[in-house]
Amino acid sequence: MRSKRFEVLENRPINQDGFVKEWPEVGLISMENPGDPKPGIKIENGVVTELDGKKRADFDMIDTFIADYAINLDNAEEAMRLDSLEMARRIVDINVARKDVLKMTLSMTPAKLTDVVSQMSVLEIMMGMTKMRSRLRPSNQAHATNLRDNPVLLAADSAEAASRGFDEIETTVGVARYAPFNAISILVGSQVGRRGALTQCAVEEATELLMGMRGLTSYAETVSVYGTEPVFIDGDDTPWSKAFLASGYASRGLKMRFTSGTGSEVQMGYAEGKSMLYLEARCLFITKGAGVQGTQNGSISCIGVPAGVPSGIRAVAAENLISMLLDLESTTGSDQSFTHSDLRRVARTLMQFVPGTDFICSGYSSVPNYDNMFAGSNWDSDDFDDWLVLQRDLKLEGGLRPVTEEEIVAVRNKAARAIQAVFKELGLTEITDEEVEAATYAHGSKDMPLRNVIEDLKSVEDFMKRGVTGADIVKALSATGFTDVAESIFTLLKSRMAGDYLHTAAIFDKDFHVVSAVNTPNNYTGPKTGYQMSDERWNQIKDIPRAVRPEDF
Amino acid sequence: MAIDAKELRNIIESVLNENHLLDPEPPVTDHESPVMELRETGVADQGKSPDEVVIGIAPAFGSAQTKTIIGIPHSDVLKEMIAGIEEEGLKCRIVKNYRTSDVGFIAHDAAKLSGSGVGVGIQSKGTTVIHQKDLEPLTNLELFPQAPLIDIETYRAIGRNAAKYAKGEATEPVAVRNDQMARPKYQAIAALLHIKETQHIDAPKKMQALTVSFR
Repeated sequence: MRSKRFEVLENRPINQDGFVKEWPEVGLISMENPGDPKPGIKIENGVVTELDGKKRADFDMIDTFIADYAINLDNAEEAMRLDSLEMARRIVDINVARKDVLKMTLSMTPAKLTDVVSQMSVLEIMMGMTKMRSRLRPSNQAHATNLRDNPVLLAADSAEAASRGFDEIETTVGVARYAPFNAISILVGSQVGRRGALTQCAVEEATELLMGMRGLTSYAETVSVYGTEPVFIDGDDTPWSKAFLASGYASRGLKMRFTSGTGSEVQMGYAEGKSMLYLEARCLFITKGAGVQGTQNGSISCIGVPAGVPSGIRAVAAENLISMLLDLESTTGSDQSFTHSDLRRVARTLMQFVPGTDFICSGYSSVPNYDNMFAGSNWDSDDFDDWLVLQRDLKLEGGLRPVTEEEIVAVRNKAARAIQAVFKELGLTEITDEEVEAATYAHGSKDMPLRNVIEDLKSVEDFMKRGVTGADIVKALSATGFTDVAESIFTLLKSRMAGDYLHTAAIFDKDFHVVSAVNTPNNYTGPKTGYQMSDERWNQIKDIPRAVRPEDF
Repeated sequence: MAIDAKELRNIIESVLNENHLLDPEPPVTDHESPVMELRETGVADQGKSPDEVVIGIAPAFGSAQTKTIIGIPHSDVLKEMIAGIEEEGLKCRIVKNYRTSDVGFIAHDAAKLSGSGVGVGIQSKGTTVIHQKDLEPLTNLELFPQAPLIDIETYRAIGRNAAKYAKGEATEPVAVRNDQMARPKYQAIAALLHIKETQHIDAPKKMQALTVSFR
């Protein structure tokens, strides 16, 4: 006889998920691996001669890079002498200012910071995030992609995403060669939705840099770093080559961040018997050492690995906190699908949503998940109203605002028409009125007429050969009557000269004022400090369209 | 603690087996899979013939591992891909890559060896890339990143498209598929399969030419 209760339980979504028991020796363990090195540093004549139990002669390239560039040696001996538990207590203590925490943590080693955050419960980690996040106001990032790389739909979707409140929008491709079309579609669409929203196109690094330099994107994020040497070598890379790539973006005034996350090394077969969290700490030190302003971490595309082992979701929150303890812009994932269970996906997100991070999701799928070409997100367009209610229930800043159907239909339509005009003006493939109409009202790519992919790809090739730049897109928009959109993209391009949005955690408001950790730093020191929601913003969050008015009864 | 690699693998497998993670659902097919014999015949030559596509297989493909992540036999994968290439009137060479288990580099290495400049790379778990020698290694002509979604028909279509690129024809990419629940279900197994594949790397060994026969 089977127990009927157990039969029901067996069929619950949670039991579709993959779970694995720990095995520390291959690195299949989220944190607190007995094989992790013991924290330590030895400095002789201003040079690190020993790092986390390893002598300089035995350093691999990652150790060398971290020892030479990532640690502030001035306070290092004092910081390393500090008991890890005492440091963890200072992180949650509202009487110890953020800058005083940083004074210590920026002088610690990867094994030390791993040890510090390992002393903390998730609640304490969240408390740490509230205090240590770099920008005052939390924000959110969206994905805009679709199965068919349909440019009209991308324009409409990114317009909707920006209009709903996402400050950054990221696209990627189904077919790699489509990348430039995807980039310009969300560039144009985003500025229709909300002036100043930033856009990126996540593809192979050389292509991504080229598109950035041509002004087809306004920031970059998909520059991946890894915690063990063989994984770097597998990708034909080193910490120095990544730092060089980062300076390529900086030289053109483009915002960028690195990406890393727990689980990637074990996923790629080279975890060297260390915990996922320790290896991620090394990635974050590489990021810091490269002089990059921020990171996207939180396991990201490898989330199925930490989520499969015990304390994995705690490790993901802990790695987010380490990024903040290194004074980096924190772009905290909560993006890729990792569970069949709605309960579990919400619980996972609360770790970042409640304390607030520089970007809570990176990103939230602003399209239905079947169109999410990052293999699905933890949140998608069908969850918009759930997110809005969570903001309202908890009085939390989640970055989104309630909208009406009419205004969304209007911005989607305008974005679709704008990209249609740009394609026509630049001599690219035709976008028909039928497609504009379909994109205006679509739920996803299944509602779109099919495009001639062969012609599109030829047109992309021609577009790249001709050397079309962001300035040509501005001209095309201006010539076709989309003056306001033209002006927004022109301002985005001009902003690169000023360099202000290279500052940590920078975003633009609708008037193209930079909002960053430099001009609006997080100043949390306990209740009624730090980010305080304005009455105007709270009224906006409160006012979901479906709430009835007492006076109507 | 020193631990034997083989013993470790056995332990991981037993853990995963306990969780039924290694029981691939049998693919729904109405045909019998052929028996495949792969024989290494020495270092693979640089191709000169413009009418060939080179298929690069990962270190464990068809040897230490014999099925994709959803249980499609490697014999079916190769047979279909070769058939797809031949359907377009081109020839196919198969090589085994021992220096890396990274599918992008396996495909790029195959493309560089190919007389047409077009190659395909396949990992044992089924992840596949169509590549061209002049592209950057980490980009591609077509990428099929979600191995659990690649069925037999798709492998044939991949062969067909690779041949079309080799002929210089304008080619409509194979329809992209996406399943947001592939990761929750398969990522842990994918990690295991990849760890196992990576253990078969023999870095100094040059790419080996293979003959394939089906029975």
